Amino acid sequence: MTEEEQKKRKRRSLVIGLVLAAFVVLFYAITIIRLGENVVNRPL
Amino acid sequence: MSELSIAYQQEEDAQTFGGDVQDYVQLLKPRVMSLVVFTSFVGLMVAPGDIHPFLGLVAILSIAIGAGASGALNMWYDADIDGKMQRTAARPIPRGLVSKNEALALGVVLSVFSIIVLGLATNWLASALLAGTIGFYIFIYTMWLKRSTPQNIVIGGAAGSFPPMIGWVAVTGSISLESVVLFLIIFMWTPPHFWALALYRCRDYERVGVPMLPVVKGPDATRSQILIYSFILFAVSLTPAFIGLGGLIYLTFSVMAGIVFLYLALQVYRVRVGNIADAIAKKLFLYSIFYLFFLFSVLLIEHVVPGAFYSTGFQVGI
Repeated sequence: MTEEEQKKRKRRSLVIGLVLAAFVVLFYAITIIRLGENVVNRPL
Repeated sequence: MSELSIAYQQEEDAQTFGGDVQDYVQLLKPRVMSLVVFTSFVGLMVAPGDIHPFLGLVAILSIAIGAGASGALNMWYDADIDGKMQRTAARPIPRGLVSKNEALALGVVLSVFSIIVLGLATNWLASALLAGTIGFYIFIYTMWLKRSTPQNIVIGGAAGSFPPMIGWVAVTGSISLESVVLFLIIFMWTPPHFWALALYRCRDYERVGVPMLPVVKGPDATRSQILIYSFILFAVSLTPAFIGLGGLIYLTFSVMAGIVFLYLALQVYRVRVGNIADAIAKKLFLYSIFYLFFLFSVLLIEHVVPGAFYSTGFQVGI
């Protein structure tokens, strides 16, 4: 594998890592917001 | 080395080393995505009801990713013909930058991701519509209609028409007449838009055996069809003003933009030979993109900024 190909692989890995991290944050945020709506709507 | 063995070698190289990040982004057809993002955003904004801004953003993101996934799956399936067409030869798979398997994997993963996230963030009807749209684009349009009938883009155009409806359903949770009208505008817009392109890219489709209307029925029949659909589009584009989705502002601008569309369609119908004929078809194609953005923009501005046009006097008497 040439140096350029190694660089490409590194960039791909970095983006995959960032996308997965964003995915975790996204799920967390969706959960909190949806949960929040239902907490407000519950009978007191 | 034969053409076939070069293709195999390129495929093998791509499988071994993979492409760069921007090659994978190209698989998602970013230009198509921009239209999907915009129309779904308008659908979401003009829908009655409220949605948490972050969830709205997630909905748009999911629809965009779903559209991108469809693009990747389309490029996976059409890899054999893309390399032979001038318009698509520079795509990552024909150039050997990304392998077919990678495109398939990316498309499947992003499809599943977008459908689940949309369901969790908004509602499962919107999610089901997105799943249906991706399925329709891949199985009905790409795998079946595209290579078997000249009506391919008429029926297949439904896939591109769903985004505003999905945006609407993400907010309301139901499919109403207004969302169907938004769907119909894009559905009727697709044939004249795509056939205008096909008129001057006819040889591309002919070479790979895709039965586009100009290839099968000829340019003259295509010109007639473009004109017919343009009239239908004109009528459909006015509908929002009569069902409460758009007001007088929308009616005025849609009539004006529609008249220009009809004028260009008429020009395409009348001028049939020479480079000028291709130039007019190209003009209609480019204008059609502006036209759709414009219609949806007016609809959006009228809803989001109700006072935006008051100073112009347009709203007097309503």
